[in-house]
Amino acid sequence: MDVYKIRQDFQMLNNKQMQGHPLVYFDNAATSLKPNCVIQAIQDYYENYTSNVHRGDYDLAFMADKNYELARKTVADFIHAKENEIVFTSGTTASLNLVAHGYALTHLHENDEILLNEAEHASNILPWYDICKQTKAIVKFIPLDTEGKVTKEAVLNCLNEHTKILSIAQISNVLGFEIDLKEIIQVAHEHGVIVVVDGAQSAPHIPINVKDLDCDFFAFSAHKMCGPTGVGVLYGKYELLEQTSSTLLGGGMNAKFDRCGNILLKKPPFKFEGGTPAIEGAIGLKRAIEYLNQIGMENIKNYEQELKKYAISRLKELDNVEIYNVNATSGILTFNLKDVFCQDAGTYFNSLGIAVRSGHHCAKILPDYLHVNGTVRASFYFYNTKEEIDIFVEACKHGGDFLDAFFK
Amino acid sequence: MLSLNDPILKREIIMDHYTHPRNKKLSDDPRYLKVNMNSESCIDDLDIQVFVEDNIIQDFRFDGVGCTISTASTSILGELIIHKTIDEALEIIKNYEQMLQEEPFDEDLLEEAVVFKDVSKQANRIKCATIGYHGLKTLLLQIRGDKK
Repeated sequence: MDVYKIRQDFQMLNNKQMQGHPLVYFDNAATSLKPNCVIQAIQDYYENYTSNVHRGDYDLAFMADKNYELARKTVADFIHAKENEIVFTSGTTASLNLVAHGYALTHLHENDEILLNEAEHASNILPWYDICKQTKAIVKFIPLDTEGKVTKEAVLNCLNEHTKILSIAQISNVLGFEIDLKEIIQVAHEHGVIVVVDGAQSAPHIPINVKDLDCDFFAFSAHKMCGPTGVGVLYGKYELLEQTSSTLLGGGMNAKFDRCGNILLKKPPFKFEGGTPAIEGAIGLKRAIEYLNQIGMENIKNYEQELKKYAISRLKELDNVEIYNVNATSGILTFNLKDVFCQDAGTYFNSLGIAVRSGHHCAKILPDYLHVNGTVRASFYFYNTKEEIDIFVEACKHGGDFLDAFFK
Repeated sequence: MLSLNDPILKREIIMDHYTHPRNKKLSDDPRYLKVNMNSESCIDDLDIQVFVEDNIIQDFRFDGVGCTISTASTSILGELIIHKTIDEALEIIKNYEQMLQEEPFDEDLLEEAVVFKDVSKQANRIKCATIGYHGLKTLLLQIRGDKK
């Protein structure tokens, strides 16, 4: 893997400046940069075969349809699923909401339990709160271990005859720990529990095999994996998708309807895709996956681990950086500069051209656990370099001068 | 008047108000009017209180979680407007907003608050520097009976 060659594929990495410094983009957990080939694929659709999908009788529409469905095939292959198990949504949030409102709402009853944990993103907590309000089911939080991880034992301790759904991120967006899902899913299934996986932070960074994991649903977004915003995926086991209600009714998802109110829906995955879908999104995602495959997900995973290790070893030389997830192997580094409020640190890094994120990272209940009001998160992707980490470490070293950001 | 060209002094003022914020304690007195300013895009979460009698701001309090800029700017705001009339305070707020929008403003009215002039260089932080001002403005307009 030649990172310097890879960087040439990204316009955003081509001498881009921020605040008068070369851009160091370390906010990949929020969204990734897009390679030129993805941008070109989207442009190609708009320049050469703009048209809607579903039953066009002319060549261009046929081509749009074909590419949209090829995208579904590409996604299916990427996570080792079948094509008819891939639903295009607007992103992870929409995917998780579809499971909650399309499946859980009709399958849960009073006193049923949904297992979550405090490190989850808002998109994997709030839909479940809503379901609980409507069904009188209950959300239970799996206690995290001292490092902030979910362990198999902790899950085991929470399972009981009321547990119906376990919804969990494969990699937490705040602490970046990868959870050993396979074992947990196995145990959950032994208790008849449906397992929903939030793959927003894992699908872009590690190889995914939903059949091997045996998860019931798996959600992820295109934009965190070199694809465009506005499109994402819900994988579901086909028989579960059949039991899931459509939450988006309209054109493209029905086979027929009459004036008496009878609707005959299409089969999954089409029954979930009401309205004109994100056609450019699916086409861009397809190209993004091809690009990632070319580099190799295993290579990406290994390289990011190497970057993370390097960052930790360099930051350990400093005495003003507190790291909250030293042992997390993903490319997510969660820290604070001592005596600097997280958002002030974020602004300080910005003034040096370094893009990081500060705050709660949408996991608003985790601060209770970490006992800090917020953290700074630097997150790496395969196009980042050790030289960029050096620039970042140098910035951390002078973190006490954070007000410089306002007086330069 | 404070020199706008002395960055070291400006820094010291901000850090002083951040580490030793003035009036950072809420009152239980029911005559105080309160508003919660919870920034949607960052983690600032401040309660702002004001006590107005005879059209004069008798006291100003705040508390909560905030960054350096939001804490220091709100602390300085309190010192600026206590014992001022509602109209005088609104005039200060107006000039402060103009400063952050890089428009002409009356430096004399803003006293120490001019240290935040350069916040506009970090566009994302303007909301931190104005959170207390917007809270106070909401309360004062409410007291005066204006509808925003």
